[in-house]
Amino acid sequence: MGSEFHASYLDVPPGGGGLKSWIFSTDHKRIAILYLISILAFFFVGAAIGILMRLELIAPGKTLFEPSTYNALFTLHGVIMIFLFVIPGMPAILGNFFLPIMIGAKDVAFPRLNLLSWWIYMAGALLAVASLFTGGGPPDTGWTFYVPYSLRTGTNVTLAVFAAFVLGFSSILTGLNFITTVHRLRAPGMTFFRMPLFVWAHYATAWIQILATPILAITLVLVMAERLFGIGLFDPAKGGDPLLFQHLFWIYSHPAVYIMILPPMGYISEIIPTFAKKRIYGYKAIALSSLAIAFVGYLVWGHHMFTSGMSDTSRWIFSLLTFLVAIPSGVKVFNWVATLYKGSIELEPPLVYVLAFIFLFSIGGLTGLMQGALATDIHLHDTYFVVGHFHYIIFGGAVFAFMAALLYWFPKMTGRMYSKRAVWVALAHQFVGFNMLYFSMLILGMMGMPRRYYDYLPRFQTLHVVATVGSWILVAGLVVLAAALLRALRRGERAPANPWGGVSLEWTIPSPPPEENFSLPPEVGEPYDFSKGPAR
Amino acid sequence: MTTTAAVDQVFLLIIAISVALLLLVTGLMLWFVVRYRRSRHPQAEEVKGSTALEVAWTLIPTLLVLVMFWYGYKGFEFLRRPPPGSLEVTVTGRMWDWGFEYANGKKSEKLFVPLGRPVKVNLRSVDVIHSFYVPAFRVKEDAVPGQESYLWFKPQSMGPADIFCAEFCGERHAYMISQVIVMEPAEFERWLAAPSPTEMSGTEAPSAADAAREVMEEWGCFACHSTDGTESVGPTLKGIWGRTVTVIAGGQVYELKSDEAYLRKALLKPSDELVKGYDDLMPPSELTDEQMSILLEYLKIL
Repeated sequence: MGSEFHASYLDVPPGGGGLKSWIFSTDHKRIAILYLISILAFFFVGAAIGILMRLELIAPGKTLFEPSTYNALFTLHGVIMIFLFVIPGMPAILGNFFLPIMIGAKDVAFPRLNLLSWWIYMAGALLAVASLFTGGGPPDTGWTFYVPYSLRTGTNVTLAVFAAFVLGFSSILTGLNFITTVHRLRAPGMTFFRMPLFVWAHYATAWIQILATPILAITLVLVMAERLFGIGLFDPAKGGDPLLFQHLFWIYSHPAVYIMILPPMGYISEIIPTFAKKRIYGYKAIALSSLAIAFVGYLVWGHHMFTSGMSDTSRWIFSLLTFLVAIPSGVKVFNWVATLYKGSIELEPPLVYVLAFIFLFSIGGLTGLMQGALATDIHLHDTYFVVGHFHYIIFGGAVFAFMAALLYWFPKMTGRMYSKRAVWVALAHQFVGFNMLYFSMLILGMMGMPRRYYDYLPRFQTLHVVATVGSWILVAGLVVLAAALLRALRRGERAPANPWGGVSLEWTIPSPPPEENFSLPPEVGEPYDFSKGPAR
Repeated sequence: MTTTAAVDQVFLLIIAISVALLLLVTGLMLWFVVRYRRSRHPQAEEVKGSTALEVAWTLIPTLLVLVMFWYGYKGFEFLRRPPPGSLEVTVTGRMWDWGFEYANGKKSEKLFVPLGRPVKVNLRSVDVIHSFYVPAFRVKEDAVPGQESYLWFKPQSMGPADIFCAEFCGERHAYMISQVIVMEPAEFERWLAAPSPTEMSGTEAPSAADAAREVMEEWGCFACHSTDGTESVGPTLKGIWGRTVTVIAGGQVYELKSDEAYLRKALLKPSDELVKGYDDLMPPSELTDEQMSILLEYLKIL
């Protein structure tokens, strides 16, 4: 293919360039970039809100805001990070870009539906923003919208909930698209067990997106109906039950955690073999455990409700199931570490981010055990321990993996290479700041500091100060990374087609990839086969 | 055994296993990265899959999690079985304070308990979900409207223990805190037998204002209403008698005079005619006739 000319997907298309060529493009790669820009914009808004919350908490009493403002801030932080960043971001950005390429397809199965999904995402995001400035002001319920408080508060819960409802459709349609793509568009020779684990992870995630999200949609419709018409489904005075909401909410929102973490597990499974130059250990175990996690993940929602007053029998059953779902995740970690054994390891930025991921994600998983066990969860429930734990999973896990993946595929997506020195500086700050911020929260939780508190007793202050200072260091690391990548877009060296010596199909095509990915049907061999050298 | 000891031993077990696993995973990872770095190990070696290894790293963690589950369950079972002879206290959560009531009708703002005797707390909520949490005793349970729940603990040392609300319940959630006050048993019995100020008579009779404030403490009015003109979550009660207020009822907005008839209604069914500009947060109260008249007298003079 060497000397043939390929128009890159980034080149101005025949119909003319400009914004229109992006927001109406049906090219999965352009749509991935649309998602990347819009979702990361929300990430930085969410992070800025996080910084403001930490500032308020640097000392007891009022520092910057009134309690009602603080309550709105933590609600916004949660809603933005969960519904506008992690849930759409993990599958839709890199999944859109690389899932079709990795199975040798020219695009996803339904390119126009794919574009519609992005538009629905934007519509949902605008509704969420609108809920801040209309009605009774920004919602103050926490991202979980627990009744009966969410039914009584005068803030604009109805619109915020409607926004989450709309965002759900974007997620469902993306899931539908990915499942169909994997089933129908694999290149000749690309059997299921030749697919990279990235594809397996996104395939499993897509099933959760289409099966779990409708439950959230129904639940949110019920909340709107309660607020608008007072039908009494969750109101004990009318024969309803507030716990019903929690069950419905977590039947979606627990599997949603796997929407956030399964795709990152897929990124990790691509990056480690490339830098160890070695077949991934336990390919089939990782592939199938993604599916196992996706389905068993439906059965553990009750662990969010161990102090809710639900029956003691339900509590121990959910505790047992929770421990069992921990095993496949643990086994994946062992597989990744085992892949390093006897490899030929090159410590490039993506791999070092992966090492940070393994450490932070392990802490996230192990702190989960303390909450899976009933006796200890009773103490830890709704404390800072929970906040620390899920940031270790979602930030230390999913987002560190996302940064690793972005650094891994950045040269492919943009055709440019970034400054590795800047990345080392970024990672050092992120790692130190992250642990100061969230490990303090773990200890605060053990000490009994409840979450969602605007104010606290003086004995908790030292650790709050450590956490706040940590948040500054962490955000400095994020800014350095963002700056390094933005600078690379203009000034970075030209990246070759295969800078890391990878063997999956995206490395066989130029960087940045041409419009329809492959000019000839790709040759498909065994996955992770490094014996023939890097892909060409 | 106390609830604290029962929970802490499970903590120790899980933390020990977790730290061991974390060190193992991180240690191996770092060792491989150093030992097999490109400069020292230029050619990766094919490693044959080992069934024995995979079975081992699935089975051993399975056993470990089952052990953790079991001890977690046993500890929990202990937390759910209040010993016979426990002192029963009814705790009412409301936005945004806790009310405590003893079997003899004695009410208080803090949870007074005798040293060494198990205490069973029966929980209820009059508005939204709250969660009764005493970190020192490692116990927590939600107070859910329309539902009864409970927890128990045994105070083994003197000194106060903090009570927090652990389920987000609105603007002043962080201030929904109280304390467990542990007393010598004899002292506690004396305290329990002494009547609340409102029930006192004779020379110790409190002023009408004190009696009214006692009622307001009991119903948690001060969480949202000031008596000195400070604006808070709800309108201030200073000068409320005879004030002209704008209310919203059934979608209509109109002005009315805040007289006895209105205040009586507003206390019993606050949502019916809501003062404009405030959220519909106040729970309907079930004041006794006596409490109502004490309160109305007080509102006149504020």
